[in-house]
Parts: sequence; structure tokens; C-alpha cells
Amino acid sequence: MRTQILLPLFLALSLAGCSKSSSDASAPSKGTEDVTLLNVSYDPTRELYADFNAAFAKQWEAKHGQKVTIKQSHGGSGKQARAVIDGLDADVVTLALAYDVDMLHDKAQLIPQNWQTRLLDNSAPYTSTIVFVVRKGNPKGIKDWEDLVKEGVSVITPNPKTSGGARWNYLAAWGYALRKQGGSEATAQAFIEKLFRNVPVLDSGARGSTTTFAERGLGDVLIAWENEAFLLTKEVGKDKFEIVVPSVSILAEPPVTVVDKNVDKRGTRAVAEAYLQYLYSDEGQELAAKHYYRPRSQAVAAKHAALFPKVSLFTIADVFGGWKKAQAAHFDDGGVFDRIYVPQAR
Amino acid sequence: MHPSTLVLRRRTRTLGGPAVIRWTLIGLALLFLGVFLVVPLVAVFTFAFQKGWEAYAAAISHPEALSAMRLTLTAAAIAVPLNLVFGVAAAWLIARFRFPGRSLLITLIDLPFSVSPVIAGLIFVLMFGRQGWLGPWLAEHDLHVIFAVPGIVLATVFITFPFVAREVLPVMQAQGSDEEEAALTLGASGWRMFWRVTLPKVKWGVIYGVILCNARAMGEFGAVSVVSGHVRGVTTTLPLHAEILYNEYDFVGAFAVASLLTLLALVTLVVKKYVEWRSVAS
Repeated sequence: MRTQILLPLFLALSLAGCSKSSSDASAPSKGTEDVTLLNVSYDPTRELYADFNAAFAKQWEAKHGQKVTIKQSHGGSGKQARAVIDGLDADVVTLALAYDVDMLHDKAQLIPQNWQTRLLDNSAPYTSTIVFVVRKGNPKGIKDWEDLVKEGVSVITPNPKTSGGARWNYLAAWGYALRKQGGSEATAQAFIEKLFRNVPVLDSGARGSTTTFAERGLGDVLIAWENEAFLLTKEVGKDKFEIVVPSVSILAEPPVTVVDKNVDKRGTRAVAEAYLQYLYSDEGQELAAKHYYRPRSQAVAAKHAALFPKVSLFTIADVFGGWKKAQAAHFDDGGVFDRIYVPQAR
Repeated sequence: MHPSTLVLRRRTRTLGGPAVIRWTLIGLALLFLGVFLVVPLVAVFTFAFQKGWEAYAAAISHPEALSAMRLTLTAAAIAVPLNLVFGVAAAWLIARFRFPGRSLLITLIDLPFSVSPVIAGLIFVLMFGRQGWLGPWLAEHDLHVIFAVPGIVLATVFITFPFVAREVLPVMQAQGSDEEEAALTLGASGWRMFWRVTLPKVKWGVIYGVILCNARAMGEFGAVSVVSGHVRGVTTTLPLHAEILYNEYDFVGAFAVASLLTLLALVTLVVKKYVEWRSVAS
């Protein structure tokens, strides 16, 4: 008898404990002058936004007399989008690719469908491209995409199923194979298959791959965002790595947007929109260049022309007809990547 | 008595075998311990102090590190007492009573051990996420569970659920209920019996469980990572903060934070050793 009363009691007790704690800590901080923004971003933008947030906060306070604190969350682009869909209260998202931002509309109607037309340049205030990082002296003689599929070359790239950066890498390689002389869908697929046979480990995010290559010393060549490659060669592993720019690559456009549903609920739309606009300002563009993103502004780009070598760049719209098509054909379950990738036993 | 001990002694001596084998085995064990335990431990502190004491102090007194520390301690401070109450109650229930659903309860207690922490985290996302069962209701009332402190606490409670119960249960079962029954026949009330007879007998099991529970609560990574949202200085615990710093190439910072967790583990070990010693002594 007694036990039959006790069991529900325990359950009630543990539940009461949980719900109490959940209401305690979630009291919204309303009524204060200060405002906080949450920028949910992908991995390699950490250093950029650390600088940019300080610059924007200074400018905003000078102009409006209001203190703004910007909180950052970083992770793999797809994972971050998923978190926002699941309820992470992002005021703005600054992700690796438009497809992940599209999901905010498709899965949870957090933003309107036409989000990408709301800001200039496809809502991508800075761009990048995909390059190679090799070890000092380029011992394997890597010059172009073709060298990555050679036997005995070990290539480090993250998992395109989970990492936005990895999808850019994959599509850059595909685009190269497709557009070269005699290229077709079939030769591109064969090229990608050969390439991934040279990949010993698939990290879940771009930053993970970089650490695998730089810190754990795996692989002969790292396929990486140009900004990540610069960070590695100029700041982390000085004199340990070299950048190799391939003949052809993809124009990577990491887009930004306010998350309408969240800013309207939190009453932060004005400051969130100003925050993103400021990315397009001269100071924002300078900071982008400082952190090795290619600025959109012609004037700022001209100043840093020496840093960014000219590469023949194709866009995702040119070759793949946009992210949705690329995603469906290559990365969705049963897509090309699933068919060609066989984990390597090493 | 006498002859049997003699036989025993002789037998252990033969079992010990020649010195070569003995020392090889000891050497192997030490080598194994050295490679898998001591070297990583030393490495953590070497990296942490690579750039000197000042860089170390700066890393652990950084506002984000302090906030991570606070969050880790908060989560543990909520999870441990909850699981203490639950664990003792559940162990008592299982050890003393036969009731329908008893074996189900035992299985459920073990669930957090058998489920991958990542899955545990995802369960909470499915329940409390914007798209989850309770998501719309929570959003309506402006309550935040996942990607906020409550989610981290919940995940920690879930993961550390079994520790106290699992430690206390065998002690209680070994104890038997004779003394409790004696107390009751002598007219003690249920509570009095619990405080005066049951609890003192299982005291060391409880303390041991609390220590393990606490260690896991502070060190948990997987489940907490899923529900954290990784907002710097807000929803990052110490293990998550260490990962963030590592990913930012701030190796001194990452290992400084890791060294805090390591110290915590060492303190836990010392306390655990002390408790074992005391429980044997009593």
C-alpha cells in the first residue's frame, strides 16, 4: 500500500524540482536600458565577430547612448541553424551558407522566404573562397585540384553532411571537375569519389578539420576557407604552413539575416538591423578584410588587393542552380555524397 | 586454523611465480598507468602553464571562464541534492519493498547509464525545443528551458540520476531490514526509524554516491553540449568552455580550464579515498 503512494510521490517530487528550476532562471531581463543581441554564427567567424562586436557596440553607444552587448554562439553552420530552429533565441544569424538560413524559414517560419534579398549582395557582406593549405615547402607538390586525387596524398576536409564549410569544399571540387575540359556530371562524380578516398578522417566542423591538420598533424593538404587558411598560416602556425590557391574555385557567400520572429518578440529589431548594416560600412568591411574575408566594398577590396590573389570564381547559382538544388542532389540522404563516400579504414 | 593458513601462504607464494614474471607484470601495469593516466595529467598542467603563471591566471579569471565556473557549480548544486533525495528514496523503496513495477524502476534508474549522453540531450530538445512537445506552450509563456540554464541543469540531473541510487542500493540490500523492523516494533515512527537506523547504516554509500554524482555533474559534456546552444558567457559550462577555447587556438586557456576540471577530479579522488578509509574504519 505504502509503496503505491510513494512512487507517484517521487515522480511528482522530481518533476516539481525541474519545473521550479526552469522558471527561476528564465526571467527575461526587460525594462533595462541596456540591450543584448545574440549572434548565432558558424565556426571560423569567432575572431571576426569578437572585433566587430566591440566596434559596433562603440559606434551604437556613441550614436544612441545605449549600451549593447553582443553574445556569440559558434559551431558548425548546420548545427547552429538547427539550434535556432529548436529555440535558440538568436537575434541575428551569420551562417556559412544560404541553405542553412533557408531552413529557418522552411522548418520554423522564423524569417520570410525572401530573406536573402533584404540586404545587399545576397545578404553576404563579405565573401571567401576555398583554397588549400599544405605543409611548409609543399612536400607533395600540390598545385591544383588534380593533385588532391593522386595516390598517397592525404586530404583533410570536414563532413559535408554536418559542416557548411565542407559543402563549399565539396562543391568547389565538383565545379572544378565539371568545368574543366571534357568534364561532365559523370567525371565530376568520379573525381569527387577519388578525392574522398584520400580523406582519412571527416571532422564534423571546419574548425575541427583545421585542428586535425594543424595540431594533430594529419594529412598533406587541408581544404579550407581562405580566411581560415590565412588565420592558420599568419597567426597560428607561422612558418609551418603554406597556402596554395587553385586555378578555379567557388565564390563562398556566407549570408547574414535578422531572425524576425525573435527580434520582434524581444523588441530588438532596430539594433539587430543596424548591427548587420554596420557589416557593410567601411569599418565593418575593414574588419572583414583584417580577418581575411574578402570585402564586398570595391574601395576596401582595392586597398587589400595584395592579400587576396585573383582566382577564377564560379558561384553556386552558376554551376548548381542554387543551394536547394545542390543540397538535394549532393548532401541529402541518398544523395551523391552518400553514394560515393566509403569510410577509410586507417 | 594453523595448518590451513600455512597451506594458503604456500599457495600464494607459488602463485606469485618467479620474480621475473612478477616484476614484468608490475612494470607493465605501471607503464600502462603512466601512459594512460600520468602523462595526460602532466600534459594538461604543462600546457596550462606553458606561457607562465600570469597567462594561466588570466585564462581562469576571464569573465567567460568565471561564468562557466558559476554555471557548472550551479548545475551541480541543483543536480546533486535532487539526485541525493531521489537516490536514497529509490534505493530504500527497491531494497525494502516488493511492488509491481519494481524491476521497471530498477531499469529506469539505469537508463541514463545505458543511453548515450548525446541522445539524452536530444530527448530534451525534442521535449522542450521550439518544435518539441512543450515548445509552443513554453514560447507562449516566454519560458526558456533548452539553450538556457534550466536545460543544462535538466541534462545534468538526468545524466547523474543513477549514481546515488546505485551506490546506496547494494548497501541497503546487504543491510537487511531486521534492525528497521526492530525499531518499528519498539515503537519508532517511520521517519525516526529512517533517520536513526536506516540512514546511519548506509551513510558511507550515500557519501560515496554524492561524490561520484558531483564529479560527473561537473564533468558532463555530451548531453550538456546538445542543450547548451553554446552562448559564450551564458550557457557554457567548464567542459564546453574548454572546448571553445581549444577551437580558438587558445591552448593555454583551454588547458587552464581543463586543469581546473582536473584539479576537481583529483580533489574528488582524495575525498573518495578518505571516505573509503573512514567507512572501512567505522
